[in-house]
Amino acid sequence: MSAHENAAPIDTPFFTRGVLLLCAVMVTGIGFGLYRMLFSLAAVTNLNDQYPLGLWIGIDVASGVALAAGGFTTGALVYIFNREHFHAIIRPALLTAMFGYTFVAIGLLFDLGRWYNVWHPVIPFMWQGNSVLFEVGICVVIYLNVLYIEFVPIVTERFIGRVNLPGFLARLNDPVDLLLRFMDYFLGKIMFLFIIAGVVLSCLHQSSLGTLMVIAPYKLHPLYFSLLSPLFFLSSAMAVGFPMVIFESLLAARSFGRKPEMHVLTPLARYIPWIMGIYIALKIGDMLYRGTYVYLFENTLPVGMFWLEFGLLTMLPFFLFLSPDVRRSPGWLFTAALMYICGVILNRSTVFFIAYQPVYGENAYIPALGEFALTIGLIAALMLVYRIFVTLLPVLPLKEAEHGEH
Amino acid sequence: MFLLGSKAQAEDYSAQHRTDGFGVLVDTTLCVGCRSCEQACSEVNTDLPRKTLAHFKDLSILEEKRRMDFSTYTVVNRYYNTIPEADQQPVFAKFQCMHCLRPACKSACIVGAFSSESTGAVQYDSWKCIGCRYCMAACPFQVPAYEYRNAFTPKVRKCTFCQPRISAGELPACVQACPMEVMTFGPREELLSDARAKLAAHPERYVQHIYGESEVGGTSWLYLSSIPFEQIGLPKLGYHPTPGYTEPIQHAIFKYFLPPLGLYSLLGGLMWFFNKRQKKTKTPDFRGLHTS
Repeated sequence: MSAHENAAPIDTPFFTRGVLLLCAVMVTGIGFGLYRMLFSLAAVTNLNDQYPLGLWIGIDVASGVALAAGGFTTGALVYIFNREHFHAIIRPALLTAMFGYTFVAIGLLFDLGRWYNVWHPVIPFMWQGNSVLFEVGICVVIYLNVLYIEFVPIVTERFIGRVNLPGFLARLNDPVDLLLRFMDYFLGKIMFLFIIAGVVLSCLHQSSLGTLMVIAPYKLHPLYFSLLSPLFFLSSAMAVGFPMVIFESLLAARSFGRKPEMHVLTPLARYIPWIMGIYIALKIGDMLYRGTYVYLFENTLPVGMFWLEFGLLTMLPFFLFLSPDVRRSPGWLFTAALMYICGVILNRSTVFFIAYQPVYGENAYIPALGEFALTIGLIAALMLVYRIFVTLLPVLPLKEAEHGEH
Repeated sequence: MFLLGSKAQAEDYSAQHRTDGFGVLVDTTLCVGCRSCEQACSEVNTDLPRKTLAHFKDLSILEEKRRMDFSTYTVVNRYYNTIPEADQQPVFAKFQCMHCLRPACKSACIVGAFSSESTGAVQYDSWKCIGCRYCMAACPFQVPAYEYRNAFTPKVRKCTFCQPRISAGELPACVQACPMEVMTFGPREELLSDARAKLAAHPERYVQHIYGESEVGGTSWLYLSSIPFEQIGLPKLGYHPTPGYTEPIQHAIFKYFLPPLGLYSLLGGLMWFFNKRQKKTKTPDFRGLHTS
């Protein structure tokens, strides 16, 4: 078949000026994170009794989960709907989902007051079936494990027949190799079970993230309080999956000096307006049904955010993705994808701390410098880990020229 | 007037249907704003940061509208009728956890750190707590406060309804300390009939509404007022309990696990169908993430 069915470790030098910058950003962020761990939430954040959820929940957790949706949407497209053509993007999409969720968990630890109790929700006598957050938590934990399992074939492929442990561990080379071969064979037989499970688990927790704030009907601005909120979250997460894959692919192509994979990305972008269309139709239909359009010209921050995240950063990329010219142009495709990614991040932030209006609000919550630093630091760390993995493991498609050698 | 139930009686109340737990009726028309209740609360809750006697004697603090925080389970505020022609006598209102019959904090909590006791108290267990603060986002009265300055063992802080005292047959400290008998402790049902009798006997004195009888499904603490409740800092809320919005969604999604299993089967069917269609040309590649 075509050259794009094979993946290989990349051969670009690891350290560049950009990578060093990312390292600096990461170290700064982690510094603030450690400071929070040692000297309390108050020492770093502007969270208070009026605004208990802030930037870290809105972006690191809620937006992180939404943006990692590329893993399950691509998985469904390639394996369930059997669109072979998109095989080349499955590994990068999966890797991003895996790191996305891992970093959601890491980011969450900084926000939890008693982070060392983070394992409590999996203990049966503390299960709380009425809690939306419990469902989100359990689904995310299981899904994270599914993602790790889905990642195993990438590791086995890299090391089967090439296990070379240092020193006295060399004696274990053969058993480890056998184990890898067994895992490869066994997982290959049952992987489809995990792929379907990943899609089901994603649908469950992506929607439940939207149910979280439904328990606070008196605190959420009417434009953002709706019983359909779980469907908004699910459909917008599904819609942002492919834009995220496109964004990463184009970014990686630029960073690693490769040709943009437009022969895959252009047809992939064709699906986006359909999924975004469902989200937009639900959102506008709900607004008409509940009559919340009366708030559209109110002069408040939540309404301003609505115009920005929905009016601009959802509707504009929707129309852009509709255009075949946009879908064929790497630059325009990148712009449209980035716009919608920003739209989703702003949407989640709005739900959790901007459209959230405390009963006794005195001062607004403006995230502290340290909160931004950790959030950006974690994103930098994620990009670095991604770079390490694609350098070591066969994730990205082979370059065209190299294909003949393998 | 104090209808104090025995300990045995308290234990008989079912935690499941606890409209028959205890409550407190707060008649704000009687309150003079002396802050004795605040002081008594601080004295019995010895795990809260200590405050000086001078702090509680300082009535100038009533100039500001305070809320409970990590060091305070109850506060008294002073309000005036916002209608200029109306009587401009100050109205004082005491706040603390309302101890909802259908608590949003309890429904929200990921580890079940909140419980509804047979006494009517909503209790918090810091040992289970992971510190996510979703309870604070969920509470329609914005009651739970957080120890943001505590780095290692922060707790959610809110009124305990003096659970240890009431289960030992004593009154909550604030109720006992009040010199004006603003608060009446007793079985909630009896308090409601007392309140109705008061409203009927003095229609000129009270707004004809018992705040907390039905708000968000009912609260253990009930309020009477001479001016509209929104003007004394009690938010206007509907009668539907707020967990009544989320729990039906949750329980519908997980009804006998049918929806997730149904989705799983549907996707499995689609996978089989789309792969079978291709089988004519090529062996299906179910080997997951293998690319070659």
